[in-house]
Formats: sequence, C-alpha cells, structure tokens
Amino acid sequence: MADALFLAISVLTIGSAIAALEMRSLVYGSIALMGTLGGVAAFYVMLDSPFVAMFQLAVYVGSIAVLILFTVMLVKRELIFKKIEDPKRKLAGIGLMLIVILALGAIIMDSGIKTITTDSDPVDFREIGGDFLTYYWPALIMMALILAGSVMGALVLARREDTIENE
Amino acid sequence: MSNELIEFVLVSIAMLGIGIYGLAVKRNAIRMLFAVEIIVNAANLNLVAFARFMPHSGGQTLALFSIAIAAAEVAVGLALIIVAYRMYKNIDIADFRSLKG
Repeated sequence: MADALFLAISVLTIGSAIAALEMRSLVYGSIALMGTLGGVAAFYVMLDSPFVAMFQLAVYVGSIAVLILFTVMLVKRELIFKKIEDPKRKLAGIGLMLIVILALGAIIMDSGIKTITTDSDPVDFREIGGDFLTYYWPALIMMALILAGSVMGALVLARREDTIENE
Repeated sequence: MSNELIEFVLVSIAMLGIGIYGLAVKRNAIRMLFAVEIIVNAANLNLVAFARFMPHSGGQTLALFSIAIAAAEVAVGLALIIVAYRMYKNIDIADFRSLKG
C-alpha cells in the first residue's frame, strides 16, 4: 500500500501537470511544469536512483524549464494569456484521456506486475558510471555529437537574418 | 522498498493520459511542448521504476540517455517555435499553414 509521502508526491506531480496545461498564463504554466519535473525527481529518489534524480534536477528543472520560461518571455503579452482551444475538442480530449488511462490501467491491473515487490539492494550508482565508460561509450560519444548538433541547429534556426541587411 | 511497482506505473499512466490530452486539445505550440515533456517524463519514470524492481543498471543508464536526448529536442523545438512566431506573429499551430520562408 502506498504511504503518505508517495501519495503527496503523486498529487503534486499529477496536479501540477494538469496546472501546466490548464493555467491561463503560460508563465505560471511553465512554473507548474517545474513542479511536475521536480515531483518526478522525487520519485527517482524514492526509487533509490539518486544519480538520475540529480540529472533530472540539473537538466530538466535547471535548464529546460528555464529555457521554456525565457521563450515564453519572448512571446507577445496578449498571446501569453490567451487560451487557444475549442470547447468541443476539449470534451473529446478529456474522453480520450479517460479512455487511455482506464484502458492502460485495466491492462496493467490485470497483468502480473501487480504483485511485484523487491527486497534486493538498489543498483550502486558507481555501476552506472562504469557502464557509461565501458559498454556504452559509443552511445556517449554519439550523444555528445547529437547535443552539439542540436545546439548548433537551434542557433541557426533562431538567427535573425534581417538585422545584418538593415545595417 | 516500501512502495510497489504498480504504484509508480499507475502514476506514469496518469501522466501519459494528461500528456495525450494536452497534445489533442491545445493549439498553443508552447503548451504542446509542455505535453510532450510530461509524456517523456512518464516514460523515464517507467524505465527507472522497472530498473529498480529487477535490479539492473541498464534502466537508469537508458533513462539518463533519454533525459539528454529530451534536452536536445526541447532546444530545437523552442527554436522552431521562435522561428514560426517571428514568421506568423502567433503561436497558434492552426496558423502555421505553410512552411515556406
């Protein structure tokens, strides 16, 4: 059975996920998204994976959420507060959400993973570091190239060409 | 370990449902990016939860790779949104009808 801490964190995570999508202002929405990402980091701590939790805090809460916040600030003020959606589509979306949650939940509850518990020790995070540098080293290098490429791609996309012509 | 695997999986299903709702209903490009982030986080939570219950380091390693790829994806996605905003002066995806520059 779930304990109180787990329930509190799941209410925080799911509640702020809904708030991120439903809050009127995009600025508050992105702050609510930070709550969701922080809640997931807390789940990682509960799952005895402190290394992934720290990575989540550094990358998601620290950089992605701040990047989104800065992008929101670049958008016009009226657009930040304007809600763009159709009421009919909203009902259909809520229906779709309920179908997905109920169907997947029913399948999961019916399957054997309901009874899985563990008493074994968690994986030592030194093992993850060892994995990265031995078995997964080509993937690590590929990821470095992908990150560099994506940063360059983002810079090229967001560059303004008209400022040079105007001078 | 006091919590069971099923609890984490159920939280992740709820986050997946909310993300699908956001992708289906919202027409604001930045909000759709929020929904994608929520879905990616649900997937990562599943990876780490299953890795904890069959003690193996592979799940955590894959989750770390997934987080890094998501960072790259958000950087490119936000750059695309900024370009589209500059072109159309709007972030409503129904306005992004043509991709010609």
